[in-house]
Amino acid sequence: MSTKTFGSGSRDIPANKASKWYPTTDVSQPKKARKTQHPTKLRSSLVPGTILIILAGRFRGKRVVYLKPLDGGVLLVTGPFKLNGVPLRRVNARYVIATSTKIDLPDLDLGKFDDKYFTADAKESSEEDQFFDAAKAAKEKKPLPENRTADQSEVDKALLSVIKQTPQLTSYLKTTFSLSKGDRPHLMKW
Amino acid sequence: MSQTEVVSSQWPQVETGRVVLINDGKDEGKLAAVVQIIDHKRILVDSPHIERQAVQLSHVSLTSQVVTKLPRAARSGVVEKYWKEANVDDKAASSTWHKKRASREKKRALTDFERFKVMVLKKQRRFEVRKAVAKARKSS
Repeated sequence: MSTKTFGSGSRDIPANKASKWYPTTDVSQPKKARKTQHPTKLRSSLVPGTILIILAGRFRGKRVVYLKPLDGGVLLVTGPFKLNGVPLRRVNARYVIATSTKIDLPDLDLGKFDDKYFTADAKESSEEDQFFDAAKAAKEKKPLPENRTADQSEVDKALLSVIKQTPQLTSYLKTTFSLSKGDRPHLMKW
Repeated sequence: MSQTEVVSSQWPQVETGRVVLINDGKDEGKLAAVVQIIDHKRILVDSPHIERQAVQLSHVSLTSQVVTKLPRAARSGVVEKYWKEANVDDKAASSTWHKKRASREKKRALTDFERFKVMVLKKQRRFEVRKAVAKARKSS
């Protein structure tokens, strides 16, 4: 809003002028969302340090240690890698069974493990290049970022020292879970 | 025609004082004595463990125990007195049925880690047994 003076009088000039015409049809207004997004509430059985059984994906059946919750119902887990080959990894909480076995997590700085840590850096290349590179890239195996292996061994070392304190827990984590004849998972206690 | 001998059956019968195991409802797994037979399908049962109630015979199993000399249609106090005299609970606790049931329940309550430990122990036992069998077979 600005003010213009004319001799003795003055006039307000709006910064945004009103449109000279009305729209011929009604412009639809986006619906106002009255719902707010709440942070995900995980099951009460999911407490960091719990041993989980992964149900889907290439690590299905593996027993892993739950480290911390990530955004959107995703959990950070690790085998530890040294025991059963499951690296630091994100899993959806829906695809795990929480067992009643728990370990006391050692003092570890898990702050750097967020969603961004696990996503690959976006490549800057044209679409055409991407198309032709795709076939080549499929053959070539991308090397793992160096910091990953270092982080993994650091976490593994701390976890293993705790796991060793419980007898048989090491071999328990090494074995995979599977249902056998007569097992009724909904009646089983975990 | 030769004479045939008629022998009464040996299996447990539905009779006053017969101890039954309730297999259904909220009193599942509890023992009770038959107080009175209502009709060919239902009985009135009572014991210190349950409320006096009528149950269908199809919902109970007859056990081999009988509370001897229990009067027909005895009230709860009387049933309790006879129940204790007959030592029904002690006899039941030492029965194979009770032990099997207890072990089944224990097995059901095992956690995943405990099931794993049981599996390891079973493996060890199997290994020892097979070793002994192989040794015995070799020496014979």
